[in-house]
Amino acid sequence: MPKLKIIQAPLDTKIVTSLRAGDKVLINGTIFTARDAAHLKFGTKPPFPIKGSIIYYASPTPTPPGKIIGSIGPTTSSRMDTFSPALLKLGLKGMIGKGERSREVIAAMKKYKAVYLVVPGGVAALLSKHVTKSKVRAYPELGSEAVYELSVRELPAIVAIDSKGNNLFA
Amino acid sequence: MREIEAKKIASTVRDLCLEANTNLSEDILAALNKALARETSPSGREIIRQILQNAVIAKKEKLPICQDTGTAIVFVEIGQDVRIINGLLVEAVNEGVSQGYRTGFLRKSQVADPLDRNSNTCDNTPAIIHSELVPGEELKIGLLCKGGGAENRSALKMFNPATSQTEIDEFIIQTVKNAGPNACPPLIVGVGIGSNFDGVALLAKKALLRPVGRHASSPFTAKWEKALLNRINSLNVGPMGLGGTTTALAVNIEKRPCHISSLPVAVNIECHAHRYKEARL
Repeated sequence: MPKLKIIQAPLDTKIVTSLRAGDKVLINGTIFTARDAAHLKFGTKPPFPIKGSIIYYASPTPTPPGKIIGSIGPTTSSRMDTFSPALLKLGLKGMIGKGERSREVIAAMKKYKAVYLVVPGGVAALLSKHVTKSKVRAYPELGSEAVYELSVRELPAIVAIDSKGNNLFA
Repeated sequence: MREIEAKKIASTVRDLCLEANTNLSEDILAALNKALARETSPSGREIIRQILQNAVIAKKEKLPICQDTGTAIVFVEIGQDVRIINGLLVEAVNEGVSQGYRTGFLRKSQVADPLDRNSNTCDNTPAIIHSELVPGEELKIGLLCKGGGAENRSALKMFNPATSQTEIDEFIIQTVKNAGPNACPPLIVGVGIGSNFDGVALLAKKALLRPVGRHASSPFTAKWEKALLNRINSLNVGPMGLGGTTTALAVNIEKRPCHISSLPVAVNIECHAHRYKEARL
């Protein structure tokens, strides 16, 4: 079994380059959600500090009373493939989603040293338990597709593609 | 003639929305537990365990199983001796979906105009409604809340009638391969064969409504389902596409008569978060 690593977001390059495809990680710290609509809106000017950041491709269900956030699982990452290389160039270090990535994304990940993590699709209630704080950071008009700032504790993920281009889906 | 209040239909649909999204059905749980015992990949086993744990949390805390709470697809079987009073069927169903998604804190994932992504209808309507007249004085409502990721990986092909079963198999297998990790395996694979262009897609969707683990009543089709499931589970796609022996939980095939010059085949892909519930009025 690959060993479990605890990583802190925002990520520094040393941590990123130490991760290998197949590693299981627990993510602590602050991450941001963004999917199709938000990516279209911000282009190369994300409404959060991009250097070292992790983007989670997700849009939660509405937060029920008394909860920190609704269910929050990953969406299909490949839909964001066209946006990712430019963000990686700006210093994006981690992406969390489900499914494969394009050749262009993997090339940019190697060039700018970044990592792609997957979390299981459809375990959104369980994943919500790892969110300790949440707020809408930008674009409230996008509803569930707004950019959320999330504090996460031990969010379980698997390194699917590492900064050397090793790829679990290949 | 039995009278059923439209209001009753709306409240039933509302309750089904909440139930379907938070309470994973027994047939799926049983199939996942069976798969866990058989799965050879350690990461595959871990993911199946997470899926099962997620189902427990969702049920206990009334949280949606998946954040994509789907398109509401409603199958209504209306007994010929039923009369719906004080309202219209379509309006009642949509009212139920609207109430269910708003009060249940479910995600609203419908845009009014497919080319305008800013046109969210804000209550997950309109539902896709399939209604059918049947004998009797009962009204049966089935609700399938279907996520976009798996639906996007579905495929339909109009084959020549001379096509061999092997070619049909290849099309089904290829569709599952293309679905890969994006469709959230372990999958349920609904296959429609026959009818026509529009009919075969609905047939494939209806194949998904048959409980997982129950095979087709025809021995020939049942054998075919088992053979396809074995092949799919040897593709090594596995849970979440990270390898393993659990790529699908079931292959359900439904067949219908068709035109002499046609052989339509549709494959409707469903994720492991299969949210289907029924009620009878």
